[in-house]
Amino acid sequence: MSMLNFEKKYRVRGGTLIGGDLFDFWVGPFYVGFFGVTTAFFAGLGTVLILYGASQGGTWNPWQINIAPPDLSYGLGFAPLMEGGLWQIVTICAIGSFISWALREVEICRKLGMGLHVPIAFAFAIGAYITLVVVRPLLLGAWGHGFPYGILSHLDWVSNVGYQYLHFHYNPAHMIAVSFFFTTALALALHGALILSSVNPKEGETVRTAEHENSFFRDSIGYSIGTLGIHRLGLFLALAAVFFSAVCIVISGPLWTRGWPEWWNWWLSLPFWS
Amino acid sequence: MKALIPIVLIVAVLLGVQLIVSFERPPVDTVQQGFRGTGMEENINPRTEAKLVEANQAPDSYGPTEPGGPKASEIYENVEVLGDLTEDEFTALMISITAWVSPDQSCAYCHNVENMASEEVYAKQVARRMLQMTKTINSQWKDHVADTGVNCYTCHRGNPIPQQAWFLESGPAESAGGFNASRQGQNVATERAGYTSLPYTALEQLLVEDGNIRVQSASALPIAGQPGVGLQATESTYSLMMHMSDSLGQNCTFCHNTRALGNWEQSNPVRTKAWHGIQMARDINNTFVLPLQPLLPEAHLGPQGDIGKVSCNTCHQGVSKPLYGAPMLTDHPTLGVASD
Repeated sequence: MSMLNFEKKYRVRGGTLIGGDLFDFWVGPFYVGFFGVTTAFFAGLGTVLILYGASQGGTWNPWQINIAPPDLSYGLGFAPLMEGGLWQIVTICAIGSFISWALREVEICRKLGMGLHVPIAFAFAIGAYITLVVVRPLLLGAWGHGFPYGILSHLDWVSNVGYQYLHFHYNPAHMIAVSFFFTTALALALHGALILSSVNPKEGETVRTAEHENSFFRDSIGYSIGTLGIHRLGLFLALAAVFFSAVCIVISGPLWTRGWPEWWNWWLSLPFWS
Repeated sequence: MKALIPIVLIVAVLLGVQLIVSFERPPVDTVQQGFRGTGMEENINPRTEAKLVEANQAPDSYGPTEPGGPKASEIYENVEVLGDLTEDEFTALMISITAWVSPDQSCAYCHNVENMASEEVYAKQVARRMLQMTKTINSQWKDHVADTGVNCYTCHRGNPIPQQAWFLESGPAESAGGFNASRQGQNVATERAGYTSLPYTALEQLLVEDGNIRVQSASALPIAGQPGVGLQATESTYSLMMHMSDSLGQNCTFCHNTRALGNWEQSNPVRTKAWHGIQMARDINNTFVLPLQPLLPEAHLGPQGDIGKVSCNTCHQGVSKPLYGAPMLTDHPTLGVASD
């Protein structure tokens, strides 16, 4: 793959966290690094294991392939390979490859002298996954509380776990998370539309600037968060959505065993009206 | 502005404390109800469960009475339902009923103690009908109660009126006019609807009336001539399900695989028990309970003047098998035999 003429300038040595110069090179457009190798190893092994599980599962229908976690009776121990052990190894591979990918992003940031915002943001997603398949199972005492790996099977799991608490929309952290997801979409839509509107003036006129963008929001809602601020806000909204998603599942079970609608009875029993 | 800061801080701290104490704490117990990875699990707080076990103990069993001896009908007058019992069996059952239903009020709750055969106390007629009901439940509704059976204590628990009988809601005080004047039977946090905004009228629609318990349409789009399932029917169904869940202390996945709530092949077998239970509750309410309404004094009726009716909670009281499945027919096997 050919390189653009200025790209070479940014391909600098160093900045690695581990391995020194050993993997400090590029393959085509991709930086490798030690963590590129571990990413490839874990992702490859995990994929092969999922394919092996599929071959033993009785269907090649991609919707129905299912790698299920062990029975709860295995607790926090290892399960036989075909009775959830495969899920355990695939989970290790997934966590290994996700964290490797994040650390590879850190190395690239260091090479470029950038902040670590991207890997930190990705770490929130990894954190949500680890909450689902490690933290909550640890708190509940069995790996079997993790979700199964399969397109439909994981959706069925989500449905049933929601119904375990009768009505998951009453989960307070779920409410907050959903609100942040919607707000993220709103902010992104407003931002995308604003930028496109200012770089697409009438034919023959010049592209508008950041001051026009700020003026639009000052005129319409009395305040503009600004060109840098909108990106801070966007990152905050998106990370808060992921964070509260993790909170909403980790409190379901370890901190609450009944229906979520009932949790709100603390409001009914406040001394003002009870 | 500065004066506001301590107030805001105090409110924030109070809210924070309230938030923390509103949750339960680990460790919790879990029970798997379906294939691994389907998420069909029961969550149990062992601290709450211990209190529930304590509150749901079966009464002491003394074992069946020795057979033999003269029949109750030969000795006593006006014994309509239990005449075939021996005198010993009959007396033992009367003592048990007193302990189960009216321990504080004793025999006089049903009988004129000067003349035990007299019908003048209304409660005696109610009790006779209740005995017929118990016999019907234990002989005709084995699909629900199996050989465990029920006796008076299953519902009464030492109270003349079962504490978990239910009455029509009086409805909340009208607080608004116009469009908001009626709540349409919903949007009130009641135990009956599982503290959701769902209608609280599901019990009368589905456990007294013969309403259809339907959530899902069988087709993605409406088919001409086959009306789909309306919103109201769906909401009532969910409300009844909330009530059942609350009554049994189990969540939806106890019976259902929620990927296909209505599909019997994918449901847990115990769902069939629940189906028979719904039919049984309708039969009890319509055949035995509601006809007794004119007999009852006003003090025992609900705010709308209706008799206390049965729901799942009347027997179950938070436990999937009432009184944790203790056999209820060992002392008085006659309660398991159909009445004539």
